[in-house]
Amino acid sequence: MVEVRSLPGIADPQGATIESALPALGFGGVHGVRVGKAIRFHIEAPDEAAARRQAEELSRRLLANPVLEEAEVWVGAEEGAGEAAPGATELSAPPGPR
Amino acid sequence: MTARIAIVVFPGSNCEHDVAAAVEGLGGRAELVWHQRPDLGPVDGVVLPGGFAHGDYLRPGAIARFSPVMSAVAAFAAEGGPVTGICNGFQVLTEAGLLPGALKKNRHLKFLCTTVEVRIESARSPLADLAVVGRVLRLPINHFAGSYICDDRTLADLRSDERIVLRYLDNPNGSLDDIAGVCNRAGNVVGLMPHPERAWHPLLGSSDGRVLLDGLVHHGGGPAR
Repeated sequence: MVEVRSLPGIADPQGATIESALPALGFGGVHGVRVGKAIRFHIEAPDEAAARRQAEELSRRLLANPVLEEAEVWVGAEEGAGEAAPGATELSAPPGPR
Repeated sequence: MTARIAIVVFPGSNCEHDVAAAVEGLGGRAELVWHQRPDLGPVDGVVLPGGFAHGDYLRPGAIARFSPVMSAVAAFAAEGGPVTGICNGFQVLTEAGLLPGALKKNRHLKFLCTTVEVRIESARSPLADLAVVGRVLRLPINHFAGSYICDDRTLADLRSDERIVLRYLDNPNGSLDDIAGVCNRAGNVVGLMPHPERAWHPLLGSSDGRVLLDGLVHHGGGPAR
């Protein structure tokens, strides 16, 4: 998975609007809300390092515009990875709260 | 000699016929060029028109920059050929690295469809070299991602090299330094968010855009100045 988000300092009106709505729900202590994009895909690669290299390269060349955005790459096998074609490394979402 | 202007058509372009009508109306010859073509043919100028190339998916211009024709456009630009990107075409040129900076979503995330006043700030480019610096034009805008942004160093270069072609009088979208159009270092590649092709004839309500398109058509054959 690649997370594409606007660079620090770039205005994010969506994030600001969400943040301004939270106090009405009782979440008064939430700050720094930023909205980005999550792009998930599978890569056929000999190993995880090769898959990461490809993901980083395509993020740099296509998924993120470096003037506005930065990209973070998450690589890993997920459940059911054994069903993938031999030699394939599956990418999955990072662990953590949804 | 009649200038031949290539107008690149991407899937999702929607201003190519407006540009063609203006070019022909001003005495040029317009040729629509499908984005999958690997060459432009013998042309004197190139226009990347407005619209939503590839649905603006991912980011405006992000996919279009990889179309086969863009290699030919880059080669034409490198030789000094005049290239103009209007609206979505401006976005494509920044994504392709032919112009600096980027166009982000408008301040307040609002799609803008209105007429604005812009001032000619530099006559360095073929598009603006018939115009008088300081002249104010009323031109339509029609965009969601037209807020120009670049880093401080690029902005300093744009200012010192007189590469800011147009500025908004009343900034509608949050563009840095009120920028509505810029050109490359050589001056032959120009991008602008307003649509001069929608204001080239009195029947359209304004002919203020004509001075820009006249530059395109009548200086189309010359090298960058």
